[in-house]
Amino acid sequence: MSASAKLPWTPTEMMTIVASRALKSSDVCLVGIGAPSAACNLARLTHAPGITLIYESGTIATKPNVLPLSIGDGELCETALTTVSVPEMFRYWLQGGRISIGFLGGAQIDRFANLNTTSIGGTYAKPKVRLPGGGGAPEIATSCHEVFIIMAQGKRAFVDKLDFVTSLGHGEGTGSREALGVTTKGPTRVITDLCVMQPDAESKELAVVAIHPGVTREQIAASTGWAIKFASDVAETAPPHETELAVLRDLHARTKAAFQAKP
Amino acid sequence: MATFLSLSAAVEEVVRDGDKVAFEGFTHLIPYAAGHEAIRQRRRDLTLVRMTPDLLYDQLIGMGAARKMVFSWGGNPGVGSLHRFREAYEQGGPQPLEIEEHSHAAMANAYEAGAAGLPFAVFRGYRGAELSRVNPTIKSVTCPYTGEVLATVPAMRLDSAVIHAQKADRAGNILLEGIIGVQKEAVLAAQRSLVTVEEVVDDLGARSFNACVLPHWTVTAIAVVPGGAHPSYAQGYYKRDNAFYEAWDEISRSRDSFKAWMDANVLQKGPEAFAAHARKADKGRAA
Repeated sequence: MSASAKLPWTPTEMMTIVASRALKSSDVCLVGIGAPSAACNLARLTHAPGITLIYESGTIATKPNVLPLSIGDGELCETALTTVSVPEMFRYWLQGGRISIGFLGGAQIDRFANLNTTSIGGTYAKPKVRLPGGGGAPEIATSCHEVFIIMAQGKRAFVDKLDFVTSLGHGEGTGSREALGVTTKGPTRVITDLCVMQPDAESKELAVVAIHPGVTREQIAASTGWAIKFASDVAETAPPHETELAVLRDLHARTKAAFQAKP
Repeated sequence: MATFLSLSAAVEEVVRDGDKVAFEGFTHLIPYAAGHEAIRQRRRDLTLVRMTPDLLYDQLIGMGAARKMVFSWGGNPGVGSLHRFREAYEQGGPQPLEIEEHSHAAMANAYEAGAAGLPFAVFRGYRGAELSRVNPTIKSVTCPYTGEVLATVPAMRLDSAVIHAQKADRAGNILLEGIIGVQKEAVLAAQRSLVTVEEVVDDLGARSFNACVLPHWTVTAIAVVPGGAHPSYAQGYYKRDNAFYEAWDEISRSRDSFKAWMDANVLQKGPEAFAAHARKADKGRAA
């Protein structure tokens, strides 16, 4: 990414910061490990101090001082308002419709924001590469009021056709979710290290609505495995604010130091 | 009625060849010491059940203990893939591995139905998800009150369940604290159960009125193994060894380095090796 190399932030930092900006204090978020966890905690430590963060291990309203490596690190439980069992988490809280935003990512995404975290190549029974699998994703995708997706953009990940549909986005387009009896919104934005996409109101196909500083349309097209569309009005993402970068870097530094300390 | 046994006697008693067995733990309180003992005792043909099979199942699979895995997320959390699982599934080594794959919601509901003695679990799930195409155990039912079509999976019924907990009292009542996952459900869904604990105490001590306790008459065997959840953790005792989870990626990448590690750290060792990771309980919540 030569264009971004000159910028005083990394593409991943930009992606994380953009995701954090999409969150507000009143949100109840189901957080995944990695970029979603960094984004949600950055939001909590900056503009959304009241945000409720839930990890599927059962920790509700957790305020970790360092980012967890796993979905169930002790840090999450120690700083949570309460910790419930995993059946309760999935039944009462997720299925019960008490989570406003679910964060997902994956190995592959298609133009309708369906995701694959199951396998690559071959068939399901005989894949070329077996991935960890869906975990909570199939129900997060349909039970949270809406879904934000965070993924680094590239042709191997943004594909014309998924090798396996682990979790539902907008299916085959308008009407797919409704036909399956799903009443939630599904993916409302896809945040990458290059841009932000949103499903088109009519077709539900993803279209670029904002481009990060230093990134070109050509670069986005070359990093997408289908003919990517651009909304009629494309914004330029505001660059990272000094505070956003400082808080994010501090969070990562604390996390690194904690992992290097002996347990 | 729970019996206190040595770890080797407890594994001998509870986990048998061909069992459908869950060594449960949702990143916390994973019963590593008991799993290592099952490897030392050369258990075979196990159907390994767990929501989040991680390093322990990579080890059991790589040592040829399993013929099938039932799971919903099989990886090294925050690090990547399980290399021994992948070799078994993708290439059939050291022996072929059958899988039955679910979502977390399905597994959690199945465990709960198993604990409740129901024949199946019902939930709002798998909509638009391709697993329902490739896993024939996933079916549906129409709600007799509303007409809504809901997903079903068979209740989890286990021959044996193995978990780790913070403590037992002398009567064999078990206290679990922190992230408790599906461990209570797994024990109640199993014919036989083994609980390894950090310590045995006269009294379970100060705790919430709603603490997660397994009464002694729900447990088959208890073995005291301080540090027995390492490299996962025991809330209030010792932290998760994240550095080891990261190191496992390299150790497990080739069959040779995996075998060498297992030989030195499992086959040539006993449960007492876990004591090096044990810590005294904090004076805080868990104490």
